[in-house]
Amino acid sequence: MNILETIHLVKRYAEHTALQDVSIAVPEGQIYGLLGPNGAGKTSLIRIITQITAPDEGKVIFKGEPLAPIHHQQMGYLPEERGLYRKSKVGEQLMYLARLRGLKESEARKRIRAWLERLNLMEWAGRNLEDLSKGMQQKVQFIATVVHQPALIILDEPFSGFDPVNAALIRDEILELRRQGSTIIFSTHRMDTVEELCDYVGLINRSRKVLEGKKSDIKHAYKTHTFVIETDAPVTLTENGYEILQTESLEGGIYRHLVKIHQGSNNGLLRACMAQANIVSFHEQIPNMQEIFIRVVATANMQPPTV
Amino acid sequence: MSNIWLIVQREYLIRVRKKSFLIMSILGPILFGAILFVPALITVFASDEHKHIAVLDESGLFRNRFENTSTLTFTELSVGLDEAKAALKKKQYDGVLLIPDINLSEPKGFTYFSEESLAPVTKSTLERTIRQAIEELRMMRSGIRQEQLDSIRAQVDIATIKIGKEGEQESSSGAAMVVGYIGAFFIYIFIFLYGAQIMRGVMEEKTNRIVEVLICSVRPFDLMMGKIIGIGAVALTQFLIWVVLSIGITSAVSIAFGLDKVAEARTKGQIEQLRQNPEMENAIEISNAMAAIASINLPVTLAAFLFFFFAGYLMYGAMFAAIGAAVDSETDSQQFMLPITVPLIFAIISLSAVIANPNGQLAFWLSLIPFTAPVVMMARVPFTGANWELFVSMLILIASFISMVWVAARIYRVGILMYGKKPTYREIAKWLFYRA
Repeated sequence: MNILETIHLVKRYAEHTALQDVSIAVPEGQIYGLLGPNGAGKTSLIRIITQITAPDEGKVIFKGEPLAPIHHQQMGYLPEERGLYRKSKVGEQLMYLARLRGLKESEARKRIRAWLERLNLMEWAGRNLEDLSKGMQQKVQFIATVVHQPALIILDEPFSGFDPVNAALIRDEILELRRQGSTIIFSTHRMDTVEELCDYVGLINRSRKVLEGKKSDIKHAYKTHTFVIETDAPVTLTENGYEILQTESLEGGIYRHLVKIHQGSNNGLLRACMAQANIVSFHEQIPNMQEIFIRVVATANMQPPTV
Repeated sequence: MSNIWLIVQREYLIRVRKKSFLIMSILGPILFGAILFVPALITVFASDEHKHIAVLDESGLFRNRFENTSTLTFTELSVGLDEAKAALKKKQYDGVLLIPDINLSEPKGFTYFSEESLAPVTKSTLERTIRQAIEELRMMRSGIRQEQLDSIRAQVDIATIKIGKEGEQESSSGAAMVVGYIGAFFIYIFIFLYGAQIMRGVMEEKTNRIVEVLICSVRPFDLMMGKIIGIGAVALTQFLIWVVLSIGITSAVSIAFGLDKVAEARTKGQIEQLRQNPEMENAIEISNAMAAIASINLPVTLAAFLFFFFAGYLMYGAMFAAIGAAVDSETDSQQFMLPITVPLIFAIISLSAVIANPNGQLAFWLSLIPFTAPVVMMARVPFTGANWELFVSMLILIASFISMVWVAARIYRVGILMYGKKPTYREIAKWLFYRA
C-alpha cells in the first residue's frame, strides 16, 4: 500500500514551472529515494508534500485521504538548510518543536531524553544550540524531525555535515525507524547512500518525473548485458554477438574482461572462454544508481525542454 | 489553536526571561520617576545644608520677621557691620544680611555677605520675606490693619468645567495635556520598540531556516499571530511592571517630599496654612498635578489607551512581521520601514499641534487615518472623552488592523520561504494573490 501519492502535480512560479505533471507513489514502510539534479524540482515537490506550499494543479493523497493540515503531525521534515534557534537551549527547543507536533509534555520529555541519550547529547541538553558543534547541531535537528514518531519522514540531504562516524550513527537510526514502520523519503545527490539505503527511487529532471520504481527493478531494467569474466590467461572472442569492451591485467596473473553480450547466452560466452583459459570468476555487471542517474538525465536533456 | 498558544508562550517566555527585559523593567520607572522629580530633588539637595544667617537690621523694621526654617536659622544682631563681618570670618555665621536704614517708598541697599555664593532658593526666601514685610508695612502705613491684610490675601485657581451630556464636569486642561502626551508617547514608543522586535524575530526564523521546520507543523498565520501576540504580551507585562513600580516609586517619593501631608491638609482644608511653609511648595504643586489628573475621565482614557495600544500595536505589528518575512537582513529592511515610520513620526510631530487644538481639523482627520489614529486619538481622548469621533476612529482602526493582518499574513506566508534576493514592492504586491 502507498502511504503517499502525488497525482499530476503542477507548480508554477512567476518565471518558470517547478513541477510539471509529477505523479509519484511512495510505498509504506520503505525508504524512497527522491533523486534529481539541482533545480529539478525536488524541493518544490517536498514543500508540497509537507504542505509548506500548495500545488497549482493536482493533488496529494496521504494514507488514502486528500492531504490536509491534520496530517502535519504525522510527518517529520528535515530541510536541507538546517536551522534551529541558535540562542535557545537544546532541550527547550526540542520540547517546543515536539509539542508543536502534538506531543503531550510528559510524553515529549520522555522521548527527548531517550533520543538525547541515544545520540550522546544528554549533557548538552541545557546548553544553547550555538555552543554545540555543527555535527551535534545536525543531530539535534534530526531528533527534532523524528521525535514525534511520524509515519512519514522526509529527509533532505540528511548526511551532509556529518563525519563518517556520525553519518553511520544516523544511518542506523534511519534503518531502525523503517524497522519500526516509518516510511522515509530521502532527497539526495549522493548515490552511494541511495545504493545503500533506498528500496524505491524516483528521479525528477527538469520539473518532470523521468523514472520511478523499485531500485532492484530499475537496475534490472537498466542492465546492459555486460559481464565481468576473470581468467588466468587473456581471452579473445571471435564469435558474433560477444564483444570485449575492455581487458585489464590484475595482480597474480589474472585478467579481467568486460564483455557485452549482443546475442547469445551466458553459457555460450563461458564456453568460449573456457576453451582458452581457466575461469576465476564470472558475474553480470549491474549498473549502479550513479550510472543510471547520469544516463537518464543525459537522455532526458537531449530532448527539447518543455515549459 | 493549541499551536498558537504554544507559540505565544514561547515568544513570551524567551523574552521575559532575558536580562534586558529585567533591566528595562527596573530602569523604566526609575527614569520616569526621575523626569518627574529631578527638578524637585535638585532643589532639595541644593538647599540641603543648614545655613546660619545673621541679620543686621539697621532700619529696625524687620524685627521678628525672619522665621527659622529647617534649613535656615536667623540671628538678629545689633552690632556694627565690621563686627558682623569679623564674626563671619570666624565662621560664627554662614552669612550676614545687611538691611540698611531704608526709605519704605524706595527700599534698596540690601546686601548679603558670605564666603560662598548664595543658593537661589535661599536668595528667593530672603527676598520674599523682605518683600512681604515691606508690602505689609506700606499697607499699614496707608491705614490697613493686620486683620484686613490677612483677609485681603487671595489664592487664585481657575477651575475649568466641561459641560457634557453627563452634566458639568470638572476638567483640567493642563492635566489632560499631560495625560494625552504621556499616553500617546507610550503608544508610539511601544509600537516602535516591540514592532521592531517582531520584525527581528521573524527575520531570525527566516534566516535560520527554522521556519521551514515550523511551517510543516504550524500554519503560517498561527506562527505570525503567535509571535505578534506573544510579543504584545511582553509589552503589556513591561508596561504593567512600569505602572506598578512607578506607583511604588511615586508614593515613596511622595512621602519623602511630604505630599502625604499636603493630601491630609487638603482634606482638612488647611492647604493655605501649608502654603506659608516655603518648603512645601514643590509638594503642593505635585499634589495639585495629581489631583488634576484625577479630574480627567480616567476610565474612558484608560480604556482608550488599552484599545489604541493593542489595535495600533496589532496593525503595525502585522506590518513589521510582513517586512521581516519579506527581507533577508536588517539592512534590506530599511527601505520597507519607511511606510511604517513616516506616519508614526508624523503623528508624533503633529502631537503638539493636536494637543494645542484637540478639536481642530488636523486632530480630527489624523484620528480617522488608522496609521496616525493610535497616537493622535490617544492624545485627544483626555480632552474629548467618549464621543462619536472616538468610536469612528476605533471602528476604522479595527477594520484596518484586520485587513492589515490579512495582508501581512499573505506577504508573510510567501516571504518567509523566499531566499536570496530583495523583493520589490511590486513583487510583494503579487504575493498577495499567490495560492498558499
